[in-house]
Amino acid sequence: MPSPPFAYEPRGKRARHGKSFRLRFWSVRHARLLEHVYDAIERLLLAAAPLIDRLGYARIEGPMAFAERHIKGALFDCRMCGDCLLSATGMSCPMNCPKALRNGPCGGVRADGGCEVYPDMPCVWVKAYEGSRLTRRGDAITAFQPPIDHRLKGSSAWLNLAKRAEVRPS
Amino acid sequence: MMEGEPHPHDIGADPAAPLIDLPGHSSRGRLERVLRRGEFAITAELNPPDSANPEDVYERAQIFEGWVDAINATDGSGAHCHMSSVAVCALLTRVGYSPVLQISCRDYNRIAIQGNVLGAAALQVGNILCLTGDGVQCGDHPQAKPVFDLDSISLLAVIKHMRDEGKYLSGRPIATPPRLFIGAAENPFAPPYDFRPLRLAKKIAAGAQFVQTQYCFDLDLMGRFMTRVRDMGLDEKCFILAGVGPLASARTARWMMANVPGVHIPEEVVRRLEGARNQKAEGKRICVEMIQALREMKGVAGVHVMAYRQEQYVSEIVHESGVLGGRAPWRRDFVPRMLAVESLGAT
Repeated sequence: MPSPPFAYEPRGKRARHGKSFRLRFWSVRHARLLEHVYDAIERLLLAAAPLIDRLGYARIEGPMAFAERHIKGALFDCRMCGDCLLSATGMSCPMNCPKALRNGPCGGVRADGGCEVYPDMPCVWVKAYEGSRLTRRGDAITAFQPPIDHRLKGSSAWLNLAKRAEVRPS
Repeated sequence: MMEGEPHPHDIGADPAAPLIDLPGHSSRGRLERVLRRGEFAITAELNPPDSANPEDVYERAQIFEGWVDAINATDGSGAHCHMSSVAVCALLTRVGYSPVLQISCRDYNRIAIQGNVLGAAALQVGNILCLTGDGVQCGDHPQAKPVFDLDSISLLAVIKHMRDEGKYLSGRPIATPPRLFIGAAENPFAPPYDFRPLRLAKKIAAGAQFVQTQYCFDLDLMGRFMTRVRDMGLDEKCFILAGVGPLASARTARWMMANVPGVHIPEEVVRRLEGARNQKAEGKRICVEMIQALREMKGVAGVHVMAYRQEQYVSEIVHESGVLGGRAPWRRDFVPRMLAVESLGAT
């Protein structure tokens, strides 16, 4: 009998299995294309920030989070950390690392590039480095990422981005 | 016994007294002094006991005395429970040893970590090694909740912030900031190989002043890593201590590769052990040769000896390697002349 998964999984997510990473790896292989898409979304959100503000963040938080959960969930196995790093990590979501490492791989990566915790799963940072070599701003992978704000968990990272970008004298 | 006397900067009024402050140093520990003087440093790993008896700690530390510049107290290594690193370090400073506190992000959140850093500094711990930590799956408590609130790199930044800005991560001020020499780990022997030097650069930018690597059994990989490191000028910004250790047998080597995360042992090393009449002696021999080779590698500032369950051989290995070159790391039985003179004057 296989042992139960370790307590690495966020609530509502099942343990990872060998064959379920295909779409995630497709995204890494197409990191350059997705970088363009991401940039477009970012520009759109920044332009729409005043409008979103008028509508009220609270009102669209639900639908946005829902959309993100499903779109990014399918493409990247998004864990809804609320502070998206994908554009800096070659479109390989670092929150899929069982240790949730946001600054690079741990020292436990196996010789075949497998994860220390889940040997079946290629290390998300091995993938991130591959993806980052494909993107235009791949060197962003070397930028320091401060400790994550765990309060953002489950919220829409896109809206959080718009909120942060909005510099308004109050 | 060792020849020579410890450097005068490394000796306090009595073994447990804090050392004088030196300009340009961020800690009052001996490890930073030895490295900044340009000496080839030796550190060793102490495996904390499964015991509440302080004597068990002292027994384990004593065998390194006079041979190493600092003693790392591991923090739940391999996700196994042992006496805490903070406690081991505090016991060691009481008698004058220079400990390296290891902090693993696996077991504490940012609140616990910052409290521990202040406490350790108050207990005269001068060195901290920032680690991600092995996953709980490889330990004796796989049921545990893995914390991983910070990662090793953000941990470096948090501790540097506490020391240099005198503030918690929250921005709240710290009355007396800790004086620390901050370290990180690196594993040049695990993928993604090309990313490893970049990750080291990131660690240095975040605050790493010294680095202790995973076990080095592969000089080719280490050489490639160091070439890149030198090209990036990282060896000038940070002291790199290469990890070494004796392998007890070919079986141990295979077991380590399968069970200890991040350990890479080339097949020719395992075969060399298998072919030896006395595998244990051969393991020590390989370790000595490794230290000597690393000594010659430009940018390597010292070695970190991890002799798990073979700690009694560390002094032999260091001695045979000859890398101390007659230098004497600090030891307790060295009675400073200053003290004798002062006590004479007092009476």
